[in-house]
Amino acid sequence: MSLIPYNRVKLARDSERPTGLDYIGHIFKGFMEFHGDRRFADDHAVVGGIARLGGSPVTVIAIEKGHTAKERAYRNFGAAHPEGYRKALRLMKQAEKFGRPIICFVDTSGAYCGIGAEERGQGQAIAENLMEMSTLCVPVISILIGEGGSGGALGLAVSDRVWMLQNAVYSVISPEGCASILWKDASKAEIAAARLKLTAEDAKSLGVIERILSEDDIGKKEFYERIRTLLIEEIGELSNDLDLVGKRYERFRRIGADVVNKE
Amino acid sequence: MALINFLKPKNQLEEGGRTAALVQRDEGEPEKKCPNCHKDIPLSRLWANRLVCPCGYHFRMKARQRIKMLVDKDSFEELFAEMKAGNPLNFPGYKEKVENVRAASGEEEAVVCGLAKIGRQDCCLFVMDPYFMMGSMGSAVGEKITLLFEYAMRHRLAVIGFTVSGGARMQEGLLSLMQMAKTSAAVKRHSDSGLLYLAVLTDPTTGGVTASFAMEADIILAEPGATVGFAGMRVIEQTTRKSLPKGFQKSEFVLEHGFIDAIVARANQKKMLAELLKMHYGG
Repeated sequence: MSLIPYNRVKLARDSERPTGLDYIGHIFKGFMEFHGDRRFADDHAVVGGIARLGGSPVTVIAIEKGHTAKERAYRNFGAAHPEGYRKALRLMKQAEKFGRPIICFVDTSGAYCGIGAEERGQGQAIAENLMEMSTLCVPVISILIGEGGSGGALGLAVSDRVWMLQNAVYSVISPEGCASILWKDASKAEIAAARLKLTAEDAKSLGVIERILSEDDIGKKEFYERIRTLLIEEIGELSNDLDLVGKRYERFRRIGADVVNKE
Repeated sequence: MALINFLKPKNQLEEGGRTAALVQRDEGEPEKKCPNCHKDIPLSRLWANRLVCPCGYHFRMKARQRIKMLVDKDSFEELFAEMKAGNPLNFPGYKEKVENVRAASGEEEAVVCGLAKIGRQDCCLFVMDPYFMMGSMGSAVGEKITLLFEYAMRHRLAVIGFTVSGGARMQEGLLSLMQMAKTSAAVKRHSDSGLLYLAVLTDPTTGGVTASFAMEADIILAEPGATVGFAGMRVIEQTTRKSLPKGFQKSEFVLEHGFIDAIVARANQKKMLAELLKMHYGG
């Protein structure tokens, strides 16, 4: 299946697509949700807790968009406030304390742009996650399942492995935002989408992700089964790595280092 | 100590500015209009006052002007000057844009890094430049800042960083986004080895830079009246369909909400930074 990049964007945003909770429900067993950032509130756009994967306890965190209009409003369309990032960090630190691997499902058009979000430090919340995730001493795997919108997505993706669904997108800015900055015309999003190199194949060739997950049988038992098997394998491998944090540093350290012109 | 004034400053910009001293007019001298008090101020007077209007408004400054104002005479030694952006995504128009900006600004990239002495204290310094694509962060900016933190770690030095940025540079797509993670990881390593990082946020510090190294310093200072935030104000208005509160995203507002340590006028910055370095490194 070959789609122009903007059609991928539309597909990635489709409300029929499986959301974070669908993945959690089908891949893991006995999920227990834990709420709140212990500072201000519980952000419904971020779901987190512990569950079993192949029998072992793991911490699972997802940005949840919801399917129906009602769900989507409740989840703020997957646009997290600072509390969402702080809840995620709290659960990640808890996972580190108890030696649990962490799996994040990322699906957001971006961190929420609002007055309260700014007042409560949206930038600081994301910055802290980037910093703290870089030295977590347990395996961290992030899967971009739909939209990977800029810093709001990266705030849950400073990980040992980052995977993307075949039709997920990952971008520094939305195609609409890019078009309105460059040409003052959001309707040129289609052109912007092609230029931003935001598809899974682009991300892989830029060295930003390790694996593209096929969408064959998406939403069916076989689909989730495949992802579960891959996760169990990968976590097994990462758990034996004695230099996890060092390698995670190098993983991000090299990105963009080779494109700089040195004269 | 008077120079470290942690009291909340009165937001003079919000109240229409301080009462300005009468400006002596010299016919024919070039002037600049202050966007705060709307007076025409002779350029020579502005320069004598570090590009600060008598009303208190802080004009934007080029990176090298700031370095000159800040560091001990002849102490600045530039590092990583050879690093500059390529066009990794072959983004149409990017190469030309960068070339034009280079010609106009005289800079190769949106950040200048190096070694400096401030009040006879050694430190690593980075200063971003608002006149280079509004300080946007692409691969070269991320690489230079990361290299500086790594250098500072090897040589056990503090880092002082002046931020100004519209955010990640979209023409380098995902590679720009990843610089947020890369720089943050470098800040973390530097921090974990017990070293000091001081950030001074200047107008405007937004987007991916706010959401990474600008907000990760041990001590975060800001210039008066600087815009400091994550999302752009227009985007927030469009998203929320609400009018924004007075002074929204100004450094005084961000201080009030608990995200910066102090607001420091340009005239006091050098003394304060020198004193902070001394307090941490026992000079």
